[in-house]
Amino acid sequence: MTTPVKQKVISRKTTDLDTDYKWGFVTDIKSDLAPKGLNEDIIRLIVDKKNEPEWMLEWRLRAYRHWMKLNYEEPKWAKIHHPPIDFQDIYYYASPVKEKRPGSLDEVDPELVEAFNKLGIPIEEQKKLSGVAVDAIFDSVSIATTYKKTLEELGIIFCSVSEAVQKHPELIKKYLGSVVPYTDNFYASLNAAVFSDGTFAYIPPGVRCPLELMTYFRMNTEGTGQFERTLIIADEGSYVSYLEGCTAPMRKSNQLHAAVVELIALDNAEIKYSTLQNWYPGDKEGKGGVFNFVTKRGKAAGVNSKISWTQVETGSAITWKYPSVILQGDNSVGEFYSVALVNNYQQADTGTKMIHIGKNTKSTIVAKGISAGHGQNTYRGLVKIMPSATNARNFTRCDSLLIGDKCGAHTVPYIEVRNPTAQMEHEATTSKVSDDQLFYCMQRGISEEDAQHMIINGFCRGIFKELPFEFAMEASQLLKVSLEGAVG
Amino acid sequence: MSARAGNHKGPLLEVRDLHAGVGEVEILKGLNLTVNLGEVHAVMGPNGSGKSTLANVLAGKPEYKVTAGEVIYEGSNLLKLTPDKRALNGIFLAFQYPVELPGVREREFMKTALDAIREHRGLEKLSVREFNKLFQEKIAQMEMSPDLVKRSVNEGFSGGEKKRNEILQMVVLEPKLALLDETDSGLDIDALKVVANGVNKFRGPSRAIVIVTHYQRILDYITPDFVHVLIDGRIVRSGGHELALELEAKGYEWIKEAIESGEQVSV
Repeated sequence: MTTPVKQKVISRKTTDLDTDYKWGFVTDIKSDLAPKGLNEDIIRLIVDKKNEPEWMLEWRLRAYRHWMKLNYEEPKWAKIHHPPIDFQDIYYYASPVKEKRPGSLDEVDPELVEAFNKLGIPIEEQKKLSGVAVDAIFDSVSIATTYKKTLEELGIIFCSVSEAVQKHPELIKKYLGSVVPYTDNFYASLNAAVFSDGTFAYIPPGVRCPLELMTYFRMNTEGTGQFERTLIIADEGSYVSYLEGCTAPMRKSNQLHAAVVELIALDNAEIKYSTLQNWYPGDKEGKGGVFNFVTKRGKAAGVNSKISWTQVETGSAITWKYPSVILQGDNSVGEFYSVALVNNYQQADTGTKMIHIGKNTKSTIVAKGISAGHGQNTYRGLVKIMPSATNARNFTRCDSLLIGDKCGAHTVPYIEVRNPTAQMEHEATTSKVSDDQLFYCMQRGISEEDAQHMIINGFCRGIFKELPFEFAMEASQLLKVSLEGAVG
Repeated sequence: MSARAGNHKGPLLEVRDLHAGVGEVEILKGLNLTVNLGEVHAVMGPNGSGKSTLANVLAGKPEYKVTAGEVIYEGSNLLKLTPDKRALNGIFLAFQYPVELPGVREREFMKTALDAIREHRGLEKLSVREFNKLFQEKIAQMEMSPDLVKRSVNEGFSGGEKKRNEILQMVVLEPKLALLDETDSGLDIDALKVVANGVNKFRGPSRAIVIVTHYQRILDYITPDFVHVLIDGRIVRSGGHELALELEAKGYEWIKEAIESGEQVSV
């Protein structure tokens, strides 16, 4: 049986909100919405809408039944505070109204094309970004992927997860849930039950992907949860650099975003995953904004494999995410480079987990937290050396920068070493943008705002150099915009 | 104050009956000083006399509060300008304790500063190539290592390197009024010569320099047009270079005693 679907036109003015969030526009587009709330019928509806095979339905239902056993009890260990979330007051499926994914870009709704143009992500063939293949996701549904032909010639699969379920079921069956099982945590279970779309990438053996692969996530419809699922597989000896950007309209209510990302790197393969997270952070009083509860994990499964996470987190009312690496293959490498910025009433509890299993595995963690306004910023990281991980090495550095005297920075490292050959290093600092630094810059003719920006950029330099060039420029701009009003 | 205030005819800087301090403590207690373009002034005094306060008040450091008096720069009230505006209008402070800016590269810092200053003067920004050429020339002049450009501003610099870097920044930014706050302290003799050489080359009819110092040593290399003795927040005596030499020979106690015994203070 299926639940009837109603169509609804979403159009809402956002001018009454006092914020400079320039990505806050709402696209006036018909949206295909399932009724609010979650039950097995909704899951069947999603499966039905997406024409998924029986094994997907079963997997989702198992996830849902597991999630129900958790009795709506979210994880409570993070240093974040929010009112209880009513999980039955959320739309679990919203899609731009066109039933089928367009066969070519000409069939994409011009309103959607325009929405992405406004975001600086052109998806039309003639305007597409050079050197970057983009999968554009609007309210959890992939609407277009550029450079498909170029990639196909190399045997690279870059498409929506929905499409991969149809066309590459063997890869999905093998890898979906293999790094983040549906029992992993509350939000991962919920995601497995209801995810509507996401990005899938497969790089065949020996191929170095010549383009940056990018997914741009856009949340539009009010009251929707966004649950996307990303799966990237780098086969033996391959390399891929993947970028992820995200924005949402300004809304007075909170929106839930609970994504799952799984990465798999086989022998001698490398995945570099970069994120610019700029979901709507809420207004100056802390009203509205996205709850960003994300599970990201990579498995460096093969020998000499490498997984590197770089994230610049400036958006969301609450960020709860720990991009992690399981270092399973001998000589595998895991890296985590992070800048997390909180301003006004934003809260971030973010960090990583590095699980060393293979021999001679090596991990590096560099986390920079910037706190302004009433923001609360927590670094939480686990480094675990298993008995099998002979000669494992970890280097961790956590730096916190405070702006003003109402914000907070917290560092919570967990270190578990079960092999005596491990080498561990941990460094942590906390500093303030000092009046002396500002005065020094201003005495050279630099405005206070530019001085602040320069000092913060300097603080983040080690992270920005890990980002692809255009992304680094954008990241620097994002920090500037996010800190407007934090000076003085 | 306009970008083209250069046609102003009077003194470059006039400090009149300046009272200033930090918190409740008054440090400058009625200071007067007039500086014209082309002149080099040395303000000498013992520790705690207010030398650095004078330099910082002129540069606009926020924690220093002016309680009375006025400062006229190019015919306008300097005290209402924020520190960056003062810098744009040609005031440069060589810091006694230069500040470290971790992760901010020297080249980026100086390019940003010079761009802002040139824009204020109505000049085109230098291209990256032009700037790099200029910067490397000045670095060579200050006998510093070319890889300075890639280092973070003042981070991990020795005391001497920091002081040299201040003078390097001065010769790149070409201010009208340079305030050197104890630039000579902590320099060995070779570094002192390099710094003095940089200052002497910078000297010219369209610039003025105020050297704040405890010791007359730097004045062996930079000959001042005027020497002022600052004691307890006031300039108690002014003269030529010979006054510095007299101070060197007799010490500050001599001046203090002369004042206490009622000897007339010459100006």
